[in-house]
Order: sequence, then C-alpha cells, then structure tokens
Amino acid sequence: MELVTIILSGILIASATYLILSKSVLRVIVGVSILSHGVHLMILTMGQLKRGNVPVLDDTVSTYSDPLPQALILTAIVISFALTAYSLVLLLRNYKELGTDNTEDMKGVPHDD
Amino acid sequence: MKSTLKRAGYNKVQRQMNDVFIQFTSKVIFLIILLFSVNLFLAGHYTPGGGFVGGLLAASAIILLLMAYDYETVKKMIPVNFHLMISLGLALAIVVPTLLFLFGAPFFTHQHTYVTVPVFGEVALHTAVIFDVGVFLTVAGTSLLIVTLVGGTEK
Amino acid sequence: MTTNILPMLPIILPFIAGVIMLFIGKRPIPHRMVSAVTGLMMVGIAAFNIYYVYKNGAMVTFISNWSAPFGISVVYDMVAALLVFTTSLVMFFVVIYSFQSIGYERERYYYYPMVMFMITGINGAFTTGDIFNMFVFFEVFLLASYVLITLGSRKIQLQEGFKYLVVNIVSSNFFLIGLAYLYSVTGSLNMADIHIKLSNYDGSLAIMTLVAVVFIFVFATKAGLFPLYFWMPGSYSAPPMPVIALFGALLTKVGVYAIARTFSLFFTSDTAYTHQVLLLLALLTIVAGCIGALAYTDMKKVIIYNIMIAIGVIIVGFSMMDYAGTIGGMYYLIHDMIIKAALFLLVGFIIYRTGKNDAADLGGLIKQHPVVGWTFFIAGLSLAGVPPFPGFFGKLYIVESAFDNGHTFSAIIVLLSSLIVLYSIMKVFIKVFWGEPSEPIELKDIKSDKLLFSAIGLVIVSTVFGLSADFLFPAFEMAAEAFYNPSSYSNYLMGVE
Repeated sequence: MELVTIILSGILIASATYLILSKSVLRVIVGVSILSHGVHLMILTMGQLKRGNVPVLDDTVSTYSDPLPQALILTAIVISFALTAYSLVLLLRNYKELGTDNTEDMKGVPHDD
Repeated sequence: MKSTLKRAGYNKVQRQMNDVFIQFTSKVIFLIILLFSVNLFLAGHYTPGGGFVGGLLAASAIILLLMAYDYETVKKMIPVNFHLMISLGLALAIVVPTLLFLFGAPFFTHQHTYVTVPVFGEVALHTAVIFDVGVFLTVAGTSLLIVTLVGGTEK
Repeated sequence: MTTNILPMLPIILPFIAGVIMLFIGKRPIPHRMVSAVTGLMMVGIAAFNIYYVYKNGAMVTFISNWSAPFGISVVYDMVAALLVFTTSLVMFFVVIYSFQSIGYERERYYYYPMVMFMITGINGAFTTGDIFNMFVFFEVFLLASYVLITLGSRKIQLQEGFKYLVVNIVSSNFFLIGLAYLYSVTGSLNMADIHIKLSNYDGSLAIMTLVAVVFIFVFATKAGLFPLYFWMPGSYSAPPMPVIALFGALLTKVGVYAIARTFSLFFTSDTAYTHQVLLLLALLTIVAGCIGALAYTDMKKVIIYNIMIAIGVIIVGFSMMDYAGTIGGMYYLIHDMIIKAALFLLVGFIIYRTGKNDAADLGGLIKQHPVVGWTFFIAGLSLAGVPPFPGFFGKLYIVESAFDNGHTFSAIIVLLSSLIVLYSIMKVFIKVFWGEPSEPIELKDIKSDKLLFSAIGLVIVSTVFGLSADFLFPAFEMAAEAFYNPSSYSNYLMGVE
C-alpha cells in the first residue's frame, strides 16, 4: 500500500513539475497546488498507513493510527489554501496591470505609465 | 481572462438572466448548508469537523448565493462586512489564548467547566470554542473576500 | 509564571498590534502610532529577555501545557534572544523610516499590519523548538512578505512578486518533503528530541545525508545561497526601500538561522560530507556575490549582492561548527542584520533625495549632506570589517576557525571578500559624495528628519555594538554553545522526562 501511494505522489509531483515549467501563469498556479497535494500524500505515507483507531485513550483499543501526520497535513492544507487563494488574486492583478499571462513576457524592467 | 477564453473558443461570455431554478433552489439549499456548517463546527469538539471546515462551508453557502444572484443583491441579503469578520476572527484567535495566560498555565492552555442547564442537562463549556469561533470567522471572511475580489464584483 | 509569558511576548505582541490596526481601518496616523509603540515595547521586552536568559538559562514554555516531545515547545535560548532583539530593533527603525517614505496609499492599504504579521512569523521561527512549527512560522512571514512585495501594485513589483511567490512556494513544499523524511526516520518533530534520538542511535544514518541535502535545497533558496540566489537580485530590487531593508536584513537571515540550527542538531553523523557541501556553497556564494557587487553601480544592487557575500561568510563560520566558528558566525549574523538595514536606509535616503538609483549619475553630495556622507562611510567600513567596528570581530573568529580546521583556502577567500566589499561600498561612496555630477542633479524637497533619524540611529547602534564587543562576549559565547555543543540545547528535555 505504501508503495502505491509513494508512486502516486511521485506522479503528482512529476506532473506538477511539468505544469510549473509551462509558460501560462494559470498553469503554474495549478501546478503549485498539485505539488502540494503530492507532498501531502507523501507525509501521510511517511507516517505509515494502517487501519487503526482514533488516538484517544481507551482501554479496549490496542491499535491506534498515528495522529501526527494527519495534523501536519491539515495545517499544510490550510496554508496551501491561503497560498492558492493569494496567488489567484495576484494572477488577476498581474493580468490587469501587465496585460499578459505569459511568463515569457515577464522579463526585464517594465515601466509604469 | 477574456483572451484566454477567446483562445479556448468562446466568442463572448454570456450571462444567463432567467436563472429562476438556481435562484429558487439556492435560497432553500443555502439554509441547509449553513445549518450543516454550524453542525460541523460544533461537532469539531470530539469528532471530525471544526472551525476551518465550518467556515469554508458557510462561505460556500454564501458563494452559492453569489452565483445565483449578483453581488449587490447578496450584499442586501447578508449585510456583513468581510473585513470586519476577518479582524474579529483574528482578534478572538489571539486574545483568547493570551487571556488564558491569566490562569497561570502556559499560552494556549484552554480551560473548561461543566454547567447544568435546565433543559439540556449537563453542558460542557470550553474556551476552545471561542477560539474556534475566531477561526470560523477568519476562514469564512477570507474566502468570501477572495472570491468577491477574484469575481471582480468588489473593487 | 514569567517563563510562561515572556518567551511568547515577541510573538504575541506584533500579532495583537496587527489585529488592532485591522480594526482601526484605513487610517494611517493611528497605524503609525500603534506600530511605533509596539516597536518600542518589543525592543524593551527583548532586551529584558536577553538579560533574563543570561541570568537563568534558556526559557522553555510548552504551548497548551503538552509536555515536550509531544506538544509544541517554545525554546527561548540565547540565540533566539539575540536574534529577536535585533529583529525588534531593525523593525522599530524601519517602521519609523516608513512614516515619511512608504507613501500614503500603501499606509492605507494595511502596510503596517503586514509588517507586524511578518515580524510575528520571524520571531516565531527564531524561538520555536519544533521543526514543523518552524515551517508554519516560515509560511506566516512568507505570506506577509508576498503581500508586502506586491503592495502598491507597480508593474515591476507585480512581475517580480510573482517570481518570488512561485520560488518560495516550491521551496516550502520541499521543506515539507524534508520534514516527512525526517519524521519517518526519527518519529518526532521536536528538534531537541530528534537530536537526542539521532545521537543515541548507533546504526547507519546514511538516509540523514539525503535529508540534509533536501534541507540545504530549502534553506539555501530562502537564504540565497549559491545556485539558488537567482531570484534575489530581481525580487529584492522591486519593492520600496523600507520593505527591501526589512527583507534584506531579516528574511534571508531566517534561512541562515535555520541552516545553523538544523545542521548543528540533526546532521551530525556525516559532517565530512554535509558540512563540506555547505562550505563549498558558501564559498561559491561569496564569489558570486563579489562578482555582482563589482559589476553594478546601481546602489540597490550593490547592497543586495553584499547580502550574498555576508551570507556566505556567516555560513562559512557555521559550517565549521566549532567554538570560534560559531561565535564568529553568530556575531557576524547579528552585525549584518543591523548594518544591512542601516545601509539600505541610507541608500534609500539618497535615492529619495535625488530620484536616481545609479551611483554613476550622482556626485558631490557631501556638500549638501556631510552627516549622511560620513555616516555612509562609517557604515561601509563597518560592513567590510575594519577593526573598531563590529564586522571585524565576527570575521576574525570565522577566519581563525577556518585556519584552525585546515581550510586555508576558504579563509583566504573570506579575507579577499572583505577587500571587495570595501571596494564596492567605497566605489558607491566616492561616486555619490565626491567629485562633480556629470549633469547637475535636482535635489527633491522631502521631509527627511525621520529618515535620517532611523538611518543614522542604526549606524550608531552598530558602532556601539562593535565598541561593546568585549562586554557582550559572554552572551555570544552562551549563544554559540547551542551550536557547537548541541546537547546544551536539548538538555531542557531532561527535566521533563
């Protein structure tokens, strides 16, 4: 099971790399959010995948699942949510001001009118 | 985004005016989603849920209204200042843990007590709920602000 | 009781100030008052904290009362105390400088709250004892810095801000991957706990070298080390001057701090490889920075490339990881935070006064501004490390440690880089203040008392810091011990278990 999720997260990170290297800004942002999904899957796998109970102290339960990776992923998801939202706003602003969503055209020093 | 749409083959972006169905159903669904978000928020104490999910769900309820109606109408329906929502949420999220310091325990150590209320019986009161209200308000306010900004309805 | 709240105050105070300013709304004058008062309070608290830590040892508080290896702990040791104090000082002066330079529109659109949130993140990253919490605080100050770099929406800011955003998001994601590896190897996220677990483990730790490489990639991107500095000259020249001063003085230094902390605590099994890689990158950074500093006459660019040289020198000190090297690195780190902010503020004053970025277009400014001229001269000497000024002591220890460890070549590069720093700053000084301008310059009529107050104030602070090196030495010795003898950092866990 771990092998499958690791391969899946590898595929996600690879496709994110492809998207980040493309020229359209929107694709870069989609790539960045896919990258974060791949990374989150990675963290989940690193905490060992197993069927366990909720990690609340209970005498009748003996196998617990590790709560820490889940807490980490929750935090990371919140952060990547904020980042994606902000980069979308920035993309819109960029498009309005610079008049392009092509990274090829975002070189040099543009002058303010 | 217009040129991107043009390249994709759309000649003009059309806005449908006679959207009776979505307007009617969204009014009903809006309340259900909002109630479910409150349910998730309160469930967060012992089971999955909490301020973040609840806030996102509440925001999505209002976003549904925004899709069905336009910005001005929704503003009239729900006269809430998103900036104020974020400020209030952040204030709750920082002031509550700071005040908890007065109990002599480290920062963020929440306090709780049990109160017997006539109808409901014994009810747990927990300071973490106030903190979570802050999270709820911040998340809902931020996502609504960003959606209205990206939607271009608010300058 | 006091250890509960004192280490948290540098994190809580700016956050509360930011929230208060959000409530005040778009009114700049109250914003200015709140931020200046917060700056003063933070300087006071941080100074008291240095004294407290010096007397009683590291302050540790466990957030939510979860005991150490399980919950998040805030470890306020001497390193954190010194860095937080310097951050507060730089923030205070830059905020005062912003009153007259940042512009009314930016002040209305929540400039000061964003500065406060950024300081929250920076102080949090310095003080936290939990590696994942460090990631969270990194994201806090990075989010605020994304807003600051694009605030005002000039075209160059938007364009460079987007590049800055993408570079930092990608490196943050790799930080998470590194954390995942580290967690799967050690099963803990508390830095002290990880150190104890790794040093008690007697099997092969070859995987830690891989983790070290991931961490080098991440922090080198944040700090601007050799192959990954490409974003820095562009992004740091886009925003207005006070923001550059904050970024140049503080943000890159957080990356340096993170490198020093992780490489002293985690990657101790194969220092022959990991620390050599670090040393090599640091030397290449110095060389690349020297080339940039020599090539440009644009004043902003010269100082931005000087940041790179300074970072290289500090990392050379930390990659030695012995007594002299870490003291030198720590001292030079504090010195560089102060003097870089001062230089940026001075250059900002010249740019605002003349409206020109390029030193080659200027000349003869010493007639109108003798005080600024000589302050700039002193700042340049201090940056290069001429004896009575603080840069000298840091470099002395770093070079001494490099010679001790047989890295003669690196010591010579560090020494030569001082010459180039001196040359590049003096080139700017001579072009701006001496001679005659090629075409007459119109001096703009600006209010400048607060600009000069903070710029000259920081230079004075730096000089006092250099003159009191002897007096401050025990504190730096105590700070350096956390690096060359990492068990002194992790022994707070002993009392808990």
